[in-house]
This record gives sequence, structure tokens and C-alpha cells, in this order.
Amino acid sequence: MKFLRPLLVASVLLALWEALVRALEIPAFILPPPSRVAVALAENAALLGRNAGITALEILLGLILGTAMGCASGLTLVRFGAARRLLLPMLIASQAVPVFALAPLLVLWLGYGLASKIAMAALVIYFPVASAFYDGLRRTEPGWLELARTMRARPLAVLLQIRLPAALPALGSGLRVAAAVAPIGAVIGEWVGASAGLGYLMTLSLARAQTDLAFAALTVLAVLGLALFYAVDLGLRRLIPWQRESVAQSD
Amino acid sequence: MSRFPPSQHFAGRLPPDPEPGADSVSAHPRQGPDSPPSGTPRRPGEGVARGSPTISSLHIRHATVAFDGQDLFRDLSLELPAGRWTCILGPSGVGKSSLLRLIAGLIPPQGATRLDWQPLAPPRLSFLAQTDLLLPWLSALDNVLLGPRLRRVSAVEMQSERQRALALLQRLGLERSTTSLPATLSGGMRQRVALARTLLEDAPTVLMDEPFSQLDAITRHDLQALAAQLFSDRTVVLVTHDPQEALRLGHRVVVLAGRPAQVSSVLELDGAIPREIDDLASARLHAELMRSLHAAAERSA
Repeated sequence: MKFLRPLLVASVLLALWEALVRALEIPAFILPPPSRVAVALAENAALLGRNAGITALEILLGLILGTAMGCASGLTLVRFGAARRLLLPMLIASQAVPVFALAPLLVLWLGYGLASKIAMAALVIYFPVASAFYDGLRRTEPGWLELARTMRARPLAVLLQIRLPAALPALGSGLRVAAAVAPIGAVIGEWVGASAGLGYLMTLSLARAQTDLAFAALTVLAVLGLALFYAVDLGLRRLIPWQRESVAQSD
Repeated sequence: MSRFPPSQHFAGRLPPDPEPGADSVSAHPRQGPDSPPSGTPRRPGEGVARGSPTISSLHIRHATVAFDGQDLFRDLSLELPAGRWTCILGPSGVGKSSLLRLIAGLIPPQGATRLDWQPLAPPRLSFLAQTDLLLPWLSALDNVLLGPRLRRVSAVEMQSERQRALALLQRLGLERSTTSLPATLSGGMRQRVALARTLLEDAPTVLMDEPFSQLDAITRHDLQALAAQLFSDRTVVLVTHDPQEALRLGHRVVVLAGRPAQVSSVLELDGAIPREIDDLASARLHAELMRSLHAAAERSA
């Protein structure tokens, strides 16, 4: 039942789409009906699979790199007051620059290959991860810190054994956001300049009026994004088993 | 809160006290001026056995704590005799917890505040708060070992601390829950783990901030007795809002009142703790304490 409901909603929407395209006689190169997208998916399975693998690799490496940078920044900001005073204003101001505007520059510097897309994905997720983690590290339950003080704890031990695990749920929220936006970074990178990947395949097929193939690539991209999100979510649940949810699962 | 007949309140339905000696304790607390001279431990030798740390007394003088320019207390003086339980009572917001945090060094002393510890200054402290403050990602055993973990003790020392922690958990009836996460334990069990964590610190001075207030009546009764037994030879400060708890556990009961807060009355009680307060004298004392708390609440309002 839990799986059937969204499936049912999706099939109704697809049927509506199909009916609308047929009734209004919209040309396939403007909006292909779902049936044609399905055919394009089947016919180009190998092509789509090859490009999906490349995009998935870009997203995954970008996610790892961005998470590592974000975590390192969060820890540095909490541990060192000087870093906080010098870097925090810069970090916030840097968000005024639209990251996507940097894509052409990254391609110029890092080339048409994987590196520029990985950098793009990493840049997109860096800020949500860093800010969520830093926030979590700062909002440690004051009682725990006072307890640690009465125990004459070492500052580094407090950071690693209390602040860090206590910040994991907040980092988890940051990572869930990151998993959702990382594909955007990779695809934007591919649009600006690439020779492979789902984003590249989309621009290429649109230029050739193969709109059904573009939709097929989009579908694969959506599945990729969903799979990534649920994998990260599952991993986080394993990592943070003590985090209790107050909202019921079915909501 | 209205007054109730205490003899009915303690109608013998509670389980027998876990401490066998408690029944024979003279339950005739009395108000008297016979407190010992300040600064000297009352029971030299007692409790210092087994290589226990030196027990210090504390004389707080001219204590001043202000928040946002408002004095919480000013020029407050208070004596905490060595090896005795001092209970601090008062209406909420009077600054009981702040006083405790001042003693613990969590609030920096302001103005002319002086904390005179005798003979050892400042001694090691351990803290038991209203909430158990257990870390949710650590097992009960690892929570008990929090102090040594945070001090990064050597592996050899950690091994012996581990044995002590296991022994403490067993003594508190938690031997089957050593690997459980706090979320799987009941409120009473969690507070017992916190008690074990406090005991492992083996500090001569123990500060308690309403540690039993969130427990059900029976669990509270049991844990009060257990704590009284386990910390019998320590200098204990217990902040509470419950006059019964103060009468049951305090060698000395201090009522704070007013704004800025002052010591409005001090009660010296005889006999070993925990006391059974089920006789007429206790009932009278309880009523008296309630009256003084009512007056304190009016002064602080």
C-alpha cells in the first residue's frame, strides 16, 4: 500500500499527460508523450547507461569532496576563534555570488573532463554542508558542556566526543540537502561544456530536435537523484541510530 | 501547594527503604544552634578511609551574581560544612541553580565574591543535574566512563576505571543494561546511570540540582536513599524545591528568599540520612518549612 499510492498517482499523471498531448496534437519535438519517452528509453538504453555512469561518478565524487571541505570548514570555524572572525564573513559574502555563474570559469580552468563537473557539484553542496555542520557544532546542549567542564575535560576531547557526535543530526540534514542539489551542479557543468554525461546528452538531443531522448535522459537523471537521496538517507539512519523522529513515518 | 497531613502522606505504602539502617535512625530532627564551628570537618577520619579524597568545607562570602544588570543575589554568605548534606530551598527563580553553578565554577565570581575552601582549594567537584545529561550515542557503561574518556586517561587507567564502572552499575542494579543506549532505559534507570557517572568521579564535593524532581514518587524515594548512602561522607549541596526532600536528606536546610536573594532561614537537623519523616515532629517541621517558603515566595515575587 505504501508503495502503491505514489505509483498510482504517477500513473494517473502520466495518463493525463499522454491524453493531453494526443488531444491537443502537440508535436513530439515540443512535448513528446510518455509512450514515446518510454520507447526512447528502451532504444537508447546503452547510450543512456554509459552517460548516466559518468554523471553518477561526477555527482558522487563531488559529494565526497564537498562534504569533506564542508566538514573541515565547520570544525575549523568552531575550534578556532580567529578563523571564525576572519572566514565566517567571507564565507557568507561568497554566497552572494551565484555558484552557477562560475561554471564557465571552472570549465575554462579545469577543462571539459570530469574535474570541472566534480568541482561544480562540490561547490554547490559546500555551503549547505558547512553551515549545517557549523550550526550543529555550535548548538551543543549546554548541560553536556558544563558537565564536561566539571569533569575537567580536555578541549579537543569535548570537540570530538561531545560536540561532533551531537552535531551529526544537523550534518545529516545538510547532507540530505547536498544529495538533492549535487546532481544540479554536475548537470550545469555538463551543459556549459562536456563531451559526455546526461546533461551533455540532453543539450545534444535538444539541438537535434530529439526531444524524446532529452526526456529519457531527464528521467534517468531523476531516478539517479532519487537513488542518491535514499542511499544517503539510509546511510545517515545507520550512522545516527539514536536520533529519534517526532514526525510519523507516513507523513 | 496546600498543606496536607504528612502522617497520611507517608501512610506506609512505600516500599521499605533499601538502606537497612534507615529504620533505626532517630526521626526527631530538631532546630538547634549546635552547628559546629565553621570550616572544620565534623567527622574527621570517617569516610576518608579507602583512600578517599580529602573532604573540604566551603564558606561562601559576599557572593554576588548579576544577570543583565539585575542582581540575582548580592553579598550572600553561606557555609557548607565538610562531609554534610546542605539542602538549598527557595521559590523558583530565586537563584538556587545559579548559586550551585557559582560553586561549580561555571559562573565566574563577580564583585567581592569569595569561595573559601578548607582545607583543600578548590576540590574536585562532580555535578548531578535535573536531567540526566546522558549522551544519547553512548551506552550506559560508556556514559558512566565519560569523565575518564574526556580526560583522555591512559589505557591502563581506563581499564581499572572500567572495572569500577561495571562494579558501580552492578551496585545500582544496572548490570544487565551496561550496553543499552539511554533511549532504551526508563527515567529512573537513566538517573541511576547518571548517579553512577557522578560516583565514578569520586569527587569530595557533589553538587546536585534537583536530580530527583522528574522521577515518580517511588523511584524518587529509592534514589534519595541510595544517594544518601552512596554520598554519605561527601560535602553535598542539594538544590531542591521539595521541603520533604530537604527534610529527608539535609543535615542543614537553607531557605533562600528575596531579590536579590538572601538566606532567610537555616535549619540544622540531627541524625543520619535518609530520615523517615513520618512522625509528629517532622510534620511540624514540614509545616514550618512550608510557611517559610510561602513567605520567601512572597518576598521574591
